Amino acid sequence: MQIKSPEFKQSARIALQDVNLQKALGNLKAGFPGKRASAVARMPEFDQLRDQARDLKNHILEHLDLYLDEFEARVVENGGQVHWCRTADDARQTILQLCREQDAKTVTKGKSMVTEEINLNEYLEENGIRPVETDLGEYILQLRGDHPSHIIAPAIHLNLEDVSETFHQHHHRPKSDDPAVLMAEAREMLRKEFVAADVGITGANFLIAETGSTMIVTNEGNGDLTQTLPKTHIVVSSIEKVVPTLEDASLFLRLLARSATGQEFTVYNTLSSGNRRPDDQDGPENFHVVLVDNGRSDMVGTQLQDMLRCIRCSACMNHCPVYGAVGGHSYGWVYPGPMGSVLTPQMIGIEKAGLLPNASTFCGKCEEVCPVRIPLPKLMRHWREKEFEKHLSPKAVRWGLGSWAFFATRPTLYRMFTAGASRFMRILGGKKGTIKKLPLAAGWTDHRDMPTPTGKTFMQQWQARQQQEKR
Amino acid sequence: MNSRADIFANIRRGLRRSQPTEAQQEAVRQRLQQHPRNLIPSRSQHEHEALVELFVRMAQEASAEVVELDALELLPEAVAKNLEEKGQNELIMASDAALTSLGWAAVHERIECHQRAGQVGDEASLTMALAGIAETGTLMLYSRPDSPTTLNFLPDTHLVVLRKQDIVGPYEDAWDRLRTLSPGRLPRTVNLITGPSRSADIEQKLQMGAHGPRQLVIFLLP
Repeated sequence: MQIKSPEFKQSARIALQDVNLQKALGNLKAGFPGKRASAVARMPEFDQLRDQARDLKNHILEHLDLYLDEFEARVVENGGQVHWCRTADDARQTILQLCREQDAKTVTKGKSMVTEEINLNEYLEENGIRPVETDLGEYILQLRGDHPSHIIAPAIHLNLEDVSETFHQHHHRPKSDDPAVLMAEAREMLRKEFVAADVGITGANFLIAETGSTMIVTNEGNGDLTQTLPKTHIVVSSIEKVVPTLEDASLFLRLLARSATGQEFTVYNTLSSGNRRPDDQDGPENFHVVLVDNGRSDMVGTQLQDMLRCIRCSACMNHCPVYGAVGGHSYGWVYPGPMGSVLTPQMIGIEKAGLLPNASTFCGKCEEVCPVRIPLPKLMRHWREKEFEKHLSPKAVRWGLGSWAFFATRPTLYRMFTAGASRFMRILGGKKGTIKKLPLAAGWTDHRDMPTPTGKTFMQQWQARQQQEKR
Repeated sequence: MNSRADIFANIRRGLRRSQPTEAQQEAVRQRLQQHPRNLIPSRSQHEHEALVELFVRMAQEASAEVVELDALELLPEAVAKNLEEKGQNELIMASDAALTSLGWAAVHERIECHQRAGQVGDEASLTMALAGIAETGTLMLYSRPDSPTTLNFLPDTHLVVLRKQDIVGPYEDAWDRLRTLSPGRLPRTVNLITGPSRSADIEQKLQMGAHGPRQLVIFLLP
């Protein structure tokens, strides 16, 4: 996927005026937050589970080398192979090699954001292998030459008419405005692909050290067909997905579906442990796990380590006012929303992704809903600091921060200035109490009126109160 | 290229230690061996009768059909009736003796039975569950020569037999059953199934029957 994060401002401006996108984003806002809230209300222990999940992830990260080592040993005992990949390029080459060993022409794929991260589809195509996405949303996007705009609802930026038009072009069937008809069409088309594929590639939501199992979580059942029917199953996952035991996986599963879609439980939660056993009538003969690092081990022991707790539920973006306004594509790379604003600078560099951690109102909703309590606003602030240190922030920002710091470190001047500014704004606002145009704040007043301060400054009120108490 | 060594060295550098301490190794060993339980929601901790009731309620909420039978012998007739209602007359069965030993001959004119792995175009399948998890109305199934995984995913209708005595409260109780069944090594595939296949990828409108079965029917036996 081409990196477009440096163009965030322009993409966001276009997105805000895109009527179809705004309609599609309405479906997200009307759906996910309410569904999550009802699911959480039905689980009185939800917050306790979140605390335990945070602590358990911290324990795992402190012992990450040990759990990964254990996981690998169990996979090998189960008859599988583990391949370690430091970079995206290592991972692409490893997967291509595994496909070539099978002389693969067609590869079916379950939904996997890590394969988006390593740009796998384009690479396989360039090398003469046809990847077929089987998740309904991903399938629609692949036909359109498009990419996911959301980590669990990849085609959330599209409307029914878009899907109908795309299917009509590719399936040569009449258009339909019934989602059930469109889904049945995709089901029929993909049946042939599942059977014809030489290799099936899936991601993994969890890697279980105790049993050497990989676990996928899907509602459609496409991941299961992808990994059961072809001769070879390749699991592509990242190193932080390892959990100690089945009991530990259960803790995260109790949080994942509720935080993501608001379901009590996802329809299919599947454990895969190695290859086909003697006398089995189906299942893959070869089982490979490709473990991708791609910058994650660099986060261990830094402030960003907290981000490695992420279980990819998407609650942060579902509740983010910025994501809800501009959609996932504006972020310009694989991971959108608050979690993306923290991960993307790590993976593609703060030089290219500097606008993302700035595209936040710091309302704190993302941290409030995060099932593993990642302090997302704090981590976005970390990147803002890095950006400032590296002198990457725009001149206006540096000048603004510089002058603010000048006043803030001189309290008397600061108070005089704010009292003056407050009076000035009251005069400007007049009787209506709103300002239509404010110097240096066009970014705000171009789109909405600025309310005027209603009274004295905080310090003036504080002093008055102190004096009153003395009396 | 030795990515493995690089990754491990980098993790250890981040953790500010070249090797894990004995205490850290022991903590990991203990967790893996004892697999302690985390918090279990009160919802799934009840008397068995209440758990059966919870299982049925949650499975139905997830759009599974639940049919209660008084005895296993009644299964062939109940299956025939259920498939007739769906306009289906073909059944692919798992080869578990508990199923194959039943009186299928009595219904052979109404449904055509086979024992094999699933194939594209299959109408219905019949398999047995290892456990039912009341907490979310979830079935636990596992792969073995007698019960190929494709039976759980390819047919339009998936029929599952579950005995009430196999209903447990939380997932953790089901994991224990799995460990007893298959000590030291899990079956190749373990499926937790909660209702029929679905997707909301088009405009967030939920549609049933994406790639897996369109209908899930649970025959609940004493």
